[in-house]
Amino acid sequence: MSEAVLELRNLHKRFGALQATRDVTLDLRPGEIHALIGPNGAGKSTLIGQIAGHIAPDEGQIRLSAEDITGLSVAERARRGLGRSFQVSSLADSLSVLRNVMVAVQAIQGHSFRFWKPVDRDASLIEPARAAIARMQLSSRADTPVSELSHGERRQVEVACALALNPRALLLDEPMAGLGPEGSLKLTELLETLKLEVPILLIEHDMDAVFRLADRVTVLVSGEVIAHGTCDEIRTHPRVREAYLGD
Amino acid sequence: MTLSLLFEQLLNGLQLGTMLFLMASGLTLVFGVMGLINLAHGSFYMVGAFVTAWTAGMTGSFWVGLVAGVLAAAATGAVVEFLVIRRLYRRDHLDQVLATFALILIFSEGTRWLFGSSPLWLNVPEVLSGSVALPGGSRYPVFRLVIIGVGVLVAVGLFLLISRTRLGMRIRAGESDREMIGALGVDIAKLYTVVFALGAGLAGLAGSMIGALQSVQVGMGEPVLILAFVVIVIGGIGSIKGALVGALLVGVVDTLGRIFLPSLFKLFMTTADASGVGAAIASMLIYVLMALILAFRPKGLFAAND
Amino acid sequence: MPEPAMGALAGPVSLSSARPWLNRERLINGLLLMALFASPFIAQAVGETYYINLASRIAIVAMAAVGLNLAIGYGGMISFGHAAFFGLGGYVAGISAFHAFDMSLLLSWPITLGGSDFMPGIWLAAMVLCALLALVIGAISLRTSGVYFIMITLAFAQMLYYFAVSWPSYGGDDGLPIYLRNQFPGLNTNDPLTYFLICFVALGLSLALCARLMRSRFGAALTMARLNETRLATAGISPFPIRLVAFVLSAVITGVAGALFADLNGFVGPSMLSWHRSGEIMVIVILGGVGRLYGPVAGAILFVLMETLLGGVTEYWMLFLGLVLLGVVLFARGGLMGLLAGRARHE
Repeated sequence: MSEAVLELRNLHKRFGALQATRDVTLDLRPGEIHALIGPNGAGKSTLIGQIAGHIAPDEGQIRLSAEDITGLSVAERARRGLGRSFQVSSLADSLSVLRNVMVAVQAIQGHSFRFWKPVDRDASLIEPARAAIARMQLSSRADTPVSELSHGERRQVEVACALALNPRALLLDEPMAGLGPEGSLKLTELLETLKLEVPILLIEHDMDAVFRLADRVTVLVSGEVIAHGTCDEIRTHPRVREAYLGD
Repeated sequence: MTLSLLFEQLLNGLQLGTMLFLMASGLTLVFGVMGLINLAHGSFYMVGAFVTAWTAGMTGSFWVGLVAGVLAAAATGAVVEFLVIRRLYRRDHLDQVLATFALILIFSEGTRWLFGSSPLWLNVPEVLSGSVALPGGSRYPVFRLVIIGVGVLVAVGLFLLISRTRLGMRIRAGESDREMIGALGVDIAKLYTVVFALGAGLAGLAGSMIGALQSVQVGMGEPVLILAFVVIVIGGIGSIKGALVGALLVGVVDTLGRIFLPSLFKLFMTTADASGVGAAIASMLIYVLMALILAFRPKGLFAAND
Repeated sequence: MPEPAMGALAGPVSLSSARPWLNRERLINGLLLMALFASPFIAQAVGETYYINLASRIAIVAMAAVGLNLAIGYGGMISFGHAAFFGLGGYVAGISAFHAFDMSLLLSWPITLGGSDFMPGIWLAAMVLCALLALVIGAISLRTSGVYFIMITLAFAQMLYYFAVSWPSYGGDDGLPIYLRNQFPGLNTNDPLTYFLICFVALGLSLALCARLMRSRFGAALTMARLNETRLATAGISPFPIRLVAFVLSAVITGVAGALFADLNGFVGPSMLSWHRSGEIMVIVILGGVGRLYGPVAGAILFVLMETLLGGVTEYWMLFLGLVLLGVVLFARGGLMGLLAGRARHE
């Protein structure tokens, strides 16, 4: 699949006796939201860790825009355009929204070894950061410390941080977790417009959100892909029903 | 370089190693169970030495002094834990370092105030003052052999304590999951005080015994403390096994380095230069060892937890 | 928002809505600096010249603490081994003066190099050597974190300490006297007031450097490395090189302070490398307020005054220092700046 932005090829990962990832192959194409679902303990976290670069796979390859990134560090993958958000909010709480996002802008503009020019007067940092915040509809909160934000707003900041990287692909780890129906709906709408610019690999527990958003779905059980296809195909897939409903 | 010299120095290294183990086991236990870095551990060593020397001087008995020293160190540990240390468990390492650094200042100056600046001396007890023949002909003091023996006994005792007893079970539980043992109804505050006092008592034991080999003075705990840090970093912080292996490694490498490096440098230097350079390099040897080990294993040889 | 013009008039592009130019913290900072600056002149006027050297001492230890504050307060790297850099700077000044005094060679291989009493050259040498040492220590220590980092930096400083004690060429255990204070072209460094001004300017420069640094991109990355390492990496910046460079800069500042300290005392010895010294610099940072730009200045004033005033009353003054320190750590975590200027402002 040459047009794929992000490709996983035959990933394997074993922790002692536990096969956490077994021969996982999937791809993410331009303009789509590809959802990765699976019951608890399916190995989603391990798989995300491997894509983002926290965990090294035992075998297999990860490619971003046809470039092999398997051996790269977290920071190098981010610079090459892999944006991600975390399941548990991972922001610097004492800093403002803008400051959090600016760090990501700084990274893609090259190295951070600039010791003299103050960042608070650096339009080349502030403008792209404000733009990313605006895309997540958070402009009014840009100067607020993250610690004062609601849960849903923090999720939006996470995505804004990822967007500031000008990513080629977004990896969103349960962005809906902990959001009320209203916050969930708002984020869903934002992601629907976002996917046209950046394809999204969405790891999500909230099935309603998945079936509303996803163009394609991959189901992971016990570290293994048991099914993939469109939402309708997945809904009726016997092995998925077995895994989720036990019938 | 005779075989008997090598043997003698090996024993000296083992003796230093066992002293270090007595210090390091307490440090590593306290870190493993409570997550606390304690710079004041050397103060308990000093308390043990001072109380032993003073009591032995008053009563004329080394043994009474030894018991008094160990008990005093353990009691001091319990009091310090109750007054200060328990406020530090939830703090970051910086606060722990500074508060326990403050404790060192308080203990050192307090001891100087009580006992003055001139050192105290302690004699090796009569029964242990003899020496035994080593293979090769030289003789070795019995007291140093006894120190090695005590170290072995403490090591065995600690392994049994941790693997076989109820207290040990709680210690192990505390290392793996602090909230869990609270939920199981174990009185954590009491457990922590006991563990801290145990560590302090072991440091006191080391100080009590060393008093018969060197002068007892303010500040004596600090070089040993830093060596003990090197030991637990090498062994892996939190691991008793690591503390034992690290202590013996450091003791032997340090002792042998100081004896043999100057001789080694004499092979290609003048005698005066060689003893200077050799001594300088030897004094750095264990730190080089530590840096090398960490370069390959950043968490030490037997990492338990961080 | 329209495309803002760059430069001084670029008003709209600011981080947050108008913040008053003069706030309480800045006022306190200015007062501290002014008090330090004025005190030797007052001492000169009333003829108490001993106190001029005291002011120099405050400026120097404050500068050493500014260096450490960069590592601990801004970088979150709890170095317990900054005496290594303080002492190395001191030994550079001492050894260079030693060879300049008896006109012997400092190095005969690979280049011939004699001693020198030229202060700027000595400072440059101290900076370069401290940077190299910090590069090695940092590269190994920063592979670890938490309590390992504390102990390893301590161990490296001890390594230098024992080396200095047992290396006989430069006094070993006894240390090395500096018979003639090193010279600065055009100035009489032997005049206490002139020497104070040199130290004060050095302190001022190190403060300005830190302030500027922490507002730059590098400072933003360093702040994020301290607050949330994962976020920094996810944003595409590797934390390790950022931390390493900060550690090196921190060592360089502390090293120059060490060179000034040796010249002030006319002496350098292993005690400048001892772990008590590391602890002392750390105590100054914390007494003043960790992570506050002027915390080291406040801490140094407090520390040296306690040392002088209490030390004059009782020889056990360290006992009281210990109690004060314990009190600050347990009950007043913001240090002196926290008491004077309130909680730290967050951007």
